[in-house]
Amino acid sequence: MNRRQFVKRAVGGSAALLAAQAVASNSSGLRDFDSYVSSKKSGWAVEAPDVLTPLENVTNYNNFYEFGMDKSDPAQYASAMTLDPWSIRVSSDGGKTVDVQFEDLLRAMDLEERIYRLRCVEAWSMVIPWLGFPLADLIRWLDPQENYRFVHFQTRYTRSEMRGTRSFSSVIDWPYQEALRMDEAMNTLSFIAVGLYGKSLPAQNGAPLRLVVPWKYGFKSIKSIASIHFTNRQPETSWQAIAPHEYGFYANVNPEVDHPRWSQRYERRLPSSLFNPNRIPTQMFNGYGEYVADLYKNLNLRRYY
Amino acid sequence: MLSFVGLALATVQNQLGPDPVKQLALLTGNRGFQFLLLSLLISPLAQLLAAPYLIQWRRPAGLWAFYFLSLHLLVFAQGYIGWSWVILIEELIERPYISVGALAWVLLVPLALTSTRAARLKLGASWAILHRLVYVVAVLGCLHLIWQVRSDWINAGVYTLICVLIAGSRYRNALRF
Repeated sequence: MNRRQFVKRAVGGSAALLAAQAVASNSSGLRDFDSYVSSKKSGWAVEAPDVLTPLENVTNYNNFYEFGMDKSDPAQYASAMTLDPWSIRVSSDGGKTVDVQFEDLLRAMDLEERIYRLRCVEAWSMVIPWLGFPLADLIRWLDPQENYRFVHFQTRYTRSEMRGTRSFSSVIDWPYQEALRMDEAMNTLSFIAVGLYGKSLPAQNGAPLRLVVPWKYGFKSIKSIASIHFTNRQPETSWQAIAPHEYGFYANVNPEVDHPRWSQRYERRLPSSLFNPNRIPTQMFNGYGEYVADLYKNLNLRRYY
Repeated sequence: MLSFVGLALATVQNQLGPDPVKQLALLTGNRGFQFLLLSLLISPLAQLLAAPYLIQWRRPAGLWAFYFLSLHLLVFAQGYIGWSWVILIEELIERPYISVGALAWVLLVPLALTSTRAARLKLGASWAILHRLVYVVAVLGCLHLIWQVRSDWINAGVYTLICVLIAGSRYRNALRF
């Protein structure tokens, strides 16, 4: 065996080991999806200089306050959430209310992989290979009949399963809620993820289905969706209700508009380290301006942050 | 000292998760404030328990507070602003929680410098007055936390309550100049 072969085998061996570890840490009932369009074919592959954030970081560093305030709490406690069966209550102003089973919805959708940057308002970011379908496809399938102006989402709220919601010192008015303008929701970027890294979503990442709107701060990408409501009135969103001067309805990634707590000019691309914090400049609309800038051409983004 | 070695090791081995900057800022800040409160607690405790030997721990507690809060500042400079003066000034102007935190550290500097026995003897009565600055630092520290509350007030609330209790117990002492 020459040196090159040796190196090849060593690399292959450690890759196999890593893969084995990944499977082991995922043994808690995550499902494989038989067929989906890969990110290369869907047109949403990783863009240099981005590098995928390792699975371990994506699944162990989460904001999901229903399960606690620490970044490690969701990975530890979200497994308490009952995922099966999962139904989504779909309603509209003046329309009727139906409960849609997640499994039925999943069967109706064509899955594709998309690699998106995720920029948290706390000034850290990741690059994640999601698996799911365009939100526009879901909305067309749900068929809201009229042309509503907004779509309003709520996260599942089960006190007995979500220890964070039982905290007496939390000021969040559960359930967590988020909303998009209908033209934002129908934008090609808006995505419903049901998986990441080729498998179904771990509970802490918002299983079984979550929103992903990569040009907005992460808190807009609501997790574990339990209800969808179509409406003509702009809905109140959770963070906006807590601190309206800090969090707006739009929450578009914008390095020019600082959040009172965090400068938004830079972000720490995770994983970072103390000696190499991996600070990179934040891009307008998180780098997705070509797809979404038109949505806001008549909007003062400093006022409507 | 052990906790510092532990932190240093964890940092080097990358055991603080994908965002060690944030973890280190939290850890050093919390530890520093805890030592600061401990240093403030020692006098009333010594009085309450009639245990004057406790006083010998006051100076080390204060110095450990200064030490951890200095680390806190270094982590901020390295991880959050990348040693940029421009960003530092912007942060100080725009984010009051950062400016009160910075002011608290600045006020601790003369206290750390005059913590030696020689300085204490040299300054005489004014040493005690100077070192009452630590109460100002504690108040600024509480503000630093309160201003950062987002959706859960428990952390800031507990620290502030402890500060209020200590200040209350020292109230009469403070009036004696």
